[in-house]
Amino acid sequence: MFDQFDPADNKMFQVIDNNAKVINQEWMPQLSDEELIKLYKDMLFVRTLDFMIVSYQRQGRLFTYPPNYGQEAIGVAAGAVLRKDDWLVPAFRELGAWLAKGVTVKEIFMFNMGFEEGLRFTEANHVLPFTVPIASQLLHAAGIGYAAKYQKKDEVAFAFVGDGGTSEGDFHEALNFAGVWKVPVVFVVQNNQYAISVPVKMQTASLNLAIKSKAYGIKGLKVDGNDIFAMVAAFRFAHEYARTEGKAVLIEAVTYRRGAHTTSDDPTKYRTTEEEKEWELKDPLRRMKLFLEKKKLWSDAEEERITEEYKKEIDRQFLETEETVKYPLEDVFKYMYTEMPQDLRDQQIEHEKFLQWKNARK
Amino acid sequence: MKAMNIVNAINDALDIKLSEDKNVVVYGEDVGYEGGVFRVTEGLQKKHGVERVFDSPLAESGIVGTAVGMAVAGLRPVVEMQFCGFIYPAFNQIISHVSRMHNRSRGVYKVPMVIRLPYGGGINALEHHSESMESMFAHIPGLKVVVPSTPHDAKGLLISAIETDDPVLFLESKRIYRAIKQEVSEEKFSVPIGKARVLAQGTDVTVVAYGAMIREVQKAMIMTKEAGISVELIDLRTIYPLDKETVTASIKKTGRVIFVGEEPRSFGVGSEIMALANDEAFLHLEAPPKRVAAFDVIVPYPRGEHHYMITPEKIFYEIERTVKF
Repeated sequence: MFDQFDPADNKMFQVIDNNAKVINQEWMPQLSDEELIKLYKDMLFVRTLDFMIVSYQRQGRLFTYPPNYGQEAIGVAAGAVLRKDDWLVPAFRELGAWLAKGVTVKEIFMFNMGFEEGLRFTEANHVLPFTVPIASQLLHAAGIGYAAKYQKKDEVAFAFVGDGGTSEGDFHEALNFAGVWKVPVVFVVQNNQYAISVPVKMQTASLNLAIKSKAYGIKGLKVDGNDIFAMVAAFRFAHEYARTEGKAVLIEAVTYRRGAHTTSDDPTKYRTTEEEKEWELKDPLRRMKLFLEKKKLWSDAEEERITEEYKKEIDRQFLETEETVKYPLEDVFKYMYTEMPQDLRDQQIEHEKFLQWKNARK
Repeated sequence: MKAMNIVNAINDALDIKLSEDKNVVVYGEDVGYEGGVFRVTEGLQKKHGVERVFDSPLAESGIVGTAVGMAVAGLRPVVEMQFCGFIYPAFNQIISHVSRMHNRSRGVYKVPMVIRLPYGGGINALEHHSESMESMFAHIPGLKVVVPSTPHDAKGLLISAIETDDPVLFLESKRIYRAIKQEVSEEKFSVPIGKARVLAQGTDVTVVAYGAMIREVQKAMIMTKEAGISVELIDLRTIYPLDKETVTASIKKTGRVIFVGEEPRSFGVGSEIMALANDEAFLHLEAPPKRVAAFDVIVPYPRGEHHYMITPEKIFYEIERTVKF
């Protein structure tokens, strides 16, 4: 696959076209009907959840949120490939992968409501917390890869970053360390065309982002990130390569952020409706739905029924989260160190005395 | 027992931990084959193998960031920053992840890593090789900051630093790396993090110092002895968490406190000691607490360093003024 789609030739790996016609039978991943339907339903769930979170945000019930709209195939495909012991090193726009690894919907709500508690990931294995400082997490993946290799564990790390992140020093250091150390890490660049308002052409003079792999002596692949089949095939291949060869891979997933950067952003300021229309045709759910309809595996009625079901369940969990989540004072101090230093304990006690005084005044 | 300088003692501590814990790995620039520019890790690669003691690419953020990943995945990396002034590219990793991962993940991911950092002036070095930045690290919630002043403490504190589940900035004063020799046990032992040590009992004034400054205070104490001044000397050994109890008890006893430090005076460890005297020993004070520290300037190049470095005479001068206040 890496030789066939060499980033130096600026080739993009695709399996289906915008009308869901299979254009690359050779690389069509083996998927049963059940698996096909599950992939689509996972994307639909991500989209539904994503829309609802944005709507809760608009109602003032949670804080800033970075929508996944338009990029669902990448996270969902990663989720379909990652095993329990594989590591997920996220940026902050890989909802499908988080859910597949066991991050709960309630945890996602809690995080976006402003509780660190949402990053505890009680039911997930080997998922790092979301990362705000751009590209800094990629180095953690290189280190995790080293640990896996050193401990002779059959584990692969998938690390995510955006197109803007490829300009950060840590991106280059991470690829370099992973290249020199020969460790099983799959670096995934979600190239959604914009870093907030800055288009990708202003980030780099490179032919594409995948070609940056060449500088570090690792394999690279540019993939249609809106083609779920291409993403599953590419991730399966990269995962197997990393696992068996023990080496790193850079995957550029070409996609489009149909929503805003975060709920605080207004994309109409920096992009045109024509451009948005163009990408609407490439939408990952639209394309997979067409594919399933041709195979008579899906229908509008089914979609409507399932979406309603999802919405009800998501809302139920949201209300439950709103009712139960709390932030006691001790949580401010408790996790700073594995054992609380006396000084922090004293600061907490001092503040509690103030609170007692304050309450007594009422 | 064996005569060791600080370089030998740190090497010994690393050797002991590498031998008994397969999760310990040691790396950084020139750390593997050559044994580091100060030869602190000399012989360790040969003994423990290239997978455990190795040279990394020359990138400080990369070294620290990968160590975060290793620590999260169950290893106990001990990384070396070649010189204190080279650590700045790693600040994002230190502030954004090393210190925060445990808190951010609500305790799910521990970050048991040590960043070894040769620091301090007085060795006629190039720019960026002489800074003392312990306050910067002590100001970052989530880190522990340790500064040994003797071979014994260097060994025992490094063993503790590797064994604690929290990240530790381990500052090694270059100036005393080979200047002090001491009989140190070859067996494994540890010195607890967060505990200061009273090096000399006294009644007139408390002097609080650490690292290379301990030796300078001890030189000043030859003069104070001649002048009939009784000095109580406290070696902090750990900057964070600060042993407030030991320092406070001493200030209450002597009624006077002088901080001696190598870092810029303002907003530093010394300021914290001043605040401690104020908060905890206010009514016991006989004289204003005093800081003897560097000017708030960039460390001068070698020809100007004599203006900058704290000397025993200066320490004695301030002690005498404080006692006679």
